[in-house]
Amino acid sequence: MMQFGIFSVGDVTPDPTTGRTPTERERIKAMVAIALKAEEVGLDVFATGEHHNPPFVPSSPTTMLGYIAAQTERLVLSTATTLITTNDPVKIAEDYAMLQHLADGRVDLTMGRGNTGPVYPWFGKDIRQGINLAIENYALLRRLWTEKVVNWEGKFRTPLQGYTSTPAPLDGVPPFVWHGSIRSPEIAEQAAYYGDGFFHNNIFWPADHTKRMVELYRNRYAHYGHGTPEQAIVGLGGQVFMRKNSQDAVREFRPYFDVAPVYGHGPSLEEFTAQTPLTVGSPQQVIEKTLSFREYAGDYQRQLFLMDHAGLPLKTVLEQLDILGEEVVPVLREEFAKGRPANVPDAPTHGSLLAAKNVRAAEAAAQEGARA
Amino acid sequence: MKLVVVSAGLSVPSSTRLLGDRLAAATVARVPGEADVQVVELRDLAVEIAHNFTNGFPGPRLSAALGAVEAADGLIVVTPVFSASYSGLFKSFFDVLDKDALVGKPVLLAATGGSARHSLVLEHALRPLFAYLRATTVPTAVYAASEDWGADGLAERTERAAGELAGLLGVWPPAGAGAGAGAGAGSRSGEAYESGVPSGPEVPSAPGAEAAPGSGAELPPVVPFEQQLAALRP
Repeated sequence: MMQFGIFSVGDVTPDPTTGRTPTERERIKAMVAIALKAEEVGLDVFATGEHHNPPFVPSSPTTMLGYIAAQTERLVLSTATTLITTNDPVKIAEDYAMLQHLADGRVDLTMGRGNTGPVYPWFGKDIRQGINLAIENYALLRRLWTEKVVNWEGKFRTPLQGYTSTPAPLDGVPPFVWHGSIRSPEIAEQAAYYGDGFFHNNIFWPADHTKRMVELYRNRYAHYGHGTPEQAIVGLGGQVFMRKNSQDAVREFRPYFDVAPVYGHGPSLEEFTAQTPLTVGSPQQVIEKTLSFREYAGDYQRQLFLMDHAGLPLKTVLEQLDILGEEVVPVLREEFAKGRPANVPDAPTHGSLLAAKNVRAAEAAAQEGARA
Repeated sequence: MKLVVVSAGLSVPSSTRLLGDRLAAATVARVPGEADVQVVELRDLAVEIAHNFTNGFPGPRLSAALGAVEAADGLIVVTPVFSASYSGLFKSFFDVLDKDALVGKPVLLAATGGSARHSLVLEHALRPLFAYLRATTVPTAVYAASEDWGADGLAERTERAAGELAGLLGVWPPAGAGAGAGAGAGSRSGEAYESGVPSGPEVPSAPGAEAAPGSGAELPPVVPFEQQLAALRP
């Protein structure tokens, strides 16, 4: 099964059509409403960004995700991304294990390095060590989640002696981890080394770039003996705006696109949709474009869409989610399942990871028994 | 042998382009064997260059131009003088080029202007820019004021600069050929060209066999994770 969901940057952006800027409270509550809507319309995943500067609100992902967990039943709660560079890995270990218990295992994370340079000095870190921080912090995080008592010494953090992270992960199974990177091969390599997932945000760059990063990850995943390249765990971003008639979608979205953070004031909507995965049009066009991702990324496990940004009003975003959940994702599920090789794994969940752990334990016990 | 002329001239026809063409012709005449000359007119790429700043990635035509520059054996760069320096468009092109794309590459500097009073812009503005990019600039830079097109001297300077560029092209290993290529011709295959295969924790950032960042054509070589991890052990 592929997973479909949404990821939110959490930007507070004026609605260019009205000039009105939501308050932080409104934006935070809107993110929650969007997450609840995602479950209601049958999506699988909600992921929040993590930012520590205006105009973004989600500085405290586990607080928000815990609040959403209490009001949902099925939705997997994730991040896009968790700053593995500037957060203390000890606190990540604790916060997300706690969330995992509260959410009955409906938790995974995407590690990232952030896109805001000053966050490093604000949190006492050196941006030139970004990759190294991601490597060392994550190596420690894994130990905290898998070892009862950790003695540790590294370059970037005070040493640990006799440290036990509490609570331990639910059922002894740490949350599944994706590593997100737009352009750093080192991060694809890191994901491959551990057999973790690799998430490419995919929305600002041409497809051939995403293709090279995913190929690198798949080949290195196989190199490290986790399976064939086709069995690596890949997630992709996407970005859509839909109306029944594609002209209506273009007309309605253009004022938001033209001044949007990141790509606003740059290329035209037409140029950007031609060069990147952004799709503005009918649900059928979104279906076709999204299905085409498989041509360059292979059969993959998770598709997240960016739906709530650039000042789009909550009402509009909720309408978009209705279309996504009712008209687009059911077709995508069906179409992506066609021709999908049987050995391509499903997106990992707490349930699947726990089952795999139990199988390993049973095999170990059987071997032990055979020796005895 | 691939020679690329980068011209930031704006008018059509442009004396900046004309100077680039003459320098290219003089260089080709001195290089043995086949020479492939490609001219990159920045005027045609102005909008994509601006979009690269706002988007973070090059459009298709700019991507092709950046790739051509990275793959070139030598460059001739020509800018009009604007406000006492190279033009903003000229600088912007090299701003979106990968910072390692020109490492060791022979570059002939040239500029045009209304009068000879601006000629030292070559030494005060262009040469430091290409020094920063670690290119190998040829000693003679060529400036053409309007009056030079009807006077003695420009042809001589053109020939001298072209001769110097041709000389460097003879000893420099072709970009992208990796270790060993042309090594016998001199000692210029320095550490930047030693190998495209990582053998230690340092990432070879030079344009070796696998690396051609910036154009988006290839990913840089990947350092095995164990090495990255080991380098962090206290």
